[in-house]
Amino acid sequence: MELYDLTIHELHGKLKMREVSSVEATQACLERIGAVEEKVHAFITVTSEEALKGAAQADLRIAAGDMDILTGIPVALKDIFLTKGTLTTCGSRILDNFIPPYDATSWLKLKERGAVLLGKLNQDEFAMGSSCESSHFGPTRNPWDLERIPGGSSGGSAAAIAARQAIATLGTDTGGSIRQPASHCGCVGLKPTYGRVSRYGVIAYASSLDQVGPVARDVTDCAIMLGAVAGYDPADSTSVNIPVPDYAKALAIDVKGLKIGLPKECFISGLDPDVQKAMDEAIAVYKGLGAEFVEISLPTLDYAVAAYYLIATAEASSNLARYDGVRFGHRTETAQGLIDMYKKSRAEGFGTEVKRRIMLGTYALSSGYYDAYYLKAQKVRTLIMHDFLSAFEKVDIILTPVAPTPAFKIGEKINDPLQMYLSDIFTIPVNLAGTCAISAPAGFSGEGLPIGMQLIGRPFGEETIIRAAYTFEQATEWHKRKADI
Amino acid sequence: MKITREEVEKVALLARLDLTEVEKDIFTGQMDAILAYVDKLNELDTSGVIPTAHAVPMENAFRDDEERPSIGVDNALANAPERADGFYRVPKVIE
Repeated sequence: MELYDLTIHELHGKLKMREVSSVEATQACLERIGAVEEKVHAFITVTSEEALKGAAQADLRIAAGDMDILTGIPVALKDIFLTKGTLTTCGSRILDNFIPPYDATSWLKLKERGAVLLGKLNQDEFAMGSSCESSHFGPTRNPWDLERIPGGSSGGSAAAIAARQAIATLGTDTGGSIRQPASHCGCVGLKPTYGRVSRYGVIAYASSLDQVGPVARDVTDCAIMLGAVAGYDPADSTSVNIPVPDYAKALAIDVKGLKIGLPKECFISGLDPDVQKAMDEAIAVYKGLGAEFVEISLPTLDYAVAAYYLIATAEASSNLARYDGVRFGHRTETAQGLIDMYKKSRAEGFGTEVKRRIMLGTYALSSGYYDAYYLKAQKVRTLIMHDFLSAFEKVDIILTPVAPTPAFKIGEKINDPLQMYLSDIFTIPVNLAGTCAISAPAGFSGEGLPIGMQLIGRPFGEETIIRAAYTFEQATEWHKRKADI
Repeated sequence: MKITREEVEKVALLARLDLTEVEKDIFTGQMDAILAYVDKLNELDTSGVIPTAHAVPMENAFRDDEERPSIGVDNALANAPERADGFYRVPKVIE
């Protein structure tokens, strides 16, 4: 067991007992990054010097007895989080020179607790993608099979955990961008309820759906990270002002009598046989632990992807209007006047997937099409929310696969956007409903690829899904397997 | 066809995107396929359904109108592609 293999809670124990220093742990992670990064490419920027400085400061805090569970823990952030003074690209050429003048609230909260920043992680450009292939800085590879995608958009956040380059990471999830990569890389990923975590300083994609959350080695680490970043922020008026529970208390082995819903629409023929097998086995484990299963129906599930690709692209077309070459980011060198400067700067700065989504969103919002597309999608969103609310009258949580298949091959879906979009069919409805869900390791395919299960909770029901995932984790060994890299 | 090449050109202008001829061709086909797919939303009867803009019901968030420090001109201009005399500099707007 190397220092970079540890969980937050294990490393915290060693730091507290003075068995190791934060500088040693940080050095170990930086050396590990040096050793495997050429294969994985999880990072856009590695901040070695600042990391060692931060670690030395953390060691002083620990020596002074001023210690939090995150003090001295080396972490990394998706490159969508603004980090004051450190390059923040969002995976895009249009921001390839952007140095933020302030910190995202979620990073500030980790920093104040003494967490150490190792660097900024690769992602699909502007978080638009399910494979991490749309990054301007090149694709991240899945540590379990370097020919395969790590998932996306927070592909770097999951790959860095699976390759043991960081102890824990933060990602963002708009349609599955934390849960799907966590599933494909054998990590635990949690998408909190909309409003649970501040998005201040997080580069916006689709503002009614975006949410910040952790990717980590186990459920305990996820609970620790969520507790650190959750809470109301006056700087984000969409964050909700309700108290943050002590998520550590939810780490209990207890699913007796827990009612788990199985949506019949998710367990259709055509589901990958390995994924089906992993879900069947997970259900058997829960039954053995005393949970009860109830068949439920989410009749509008089949419409979620269509609604999502209108709502998300419409919001993106508006959010990304700010990249115009005036105040920050890339500006063309060949402009003939102002409008031409906008058009060329954006054409040069954005990649194909971002352009495609801006085009779709602009179309859906344009005169004559607004009612038929955008408004219709928002109405369908209401129906999807109602489906979930009715289901939660009968059950405590809902179990589904995270993705219909294990990680696919790099290049396999890049030229067929619709097929790529459909790989998010089980995760997208959760964002539309605004509720919370966790992705946890639940098995492996015949080819040795990780398979995750998704547990969906009620709005602000993070404690219940954490408890259910923790109980499963303590009864299984899936999360202990390591990618051979 | 759900969308024509001419409409794609019009949308590109609205979105301030200078697309190449090849991009226009590819996007016309891909947007056509995606728009045909999203048409399945019309299978659902949404008459009388209230549209949802946000998952969490929220009212306006007010705060007291107090003076607070800002990031300042130098920080605000630090990432500007071009600046002059404490302002952003852009190509001539009016001929």
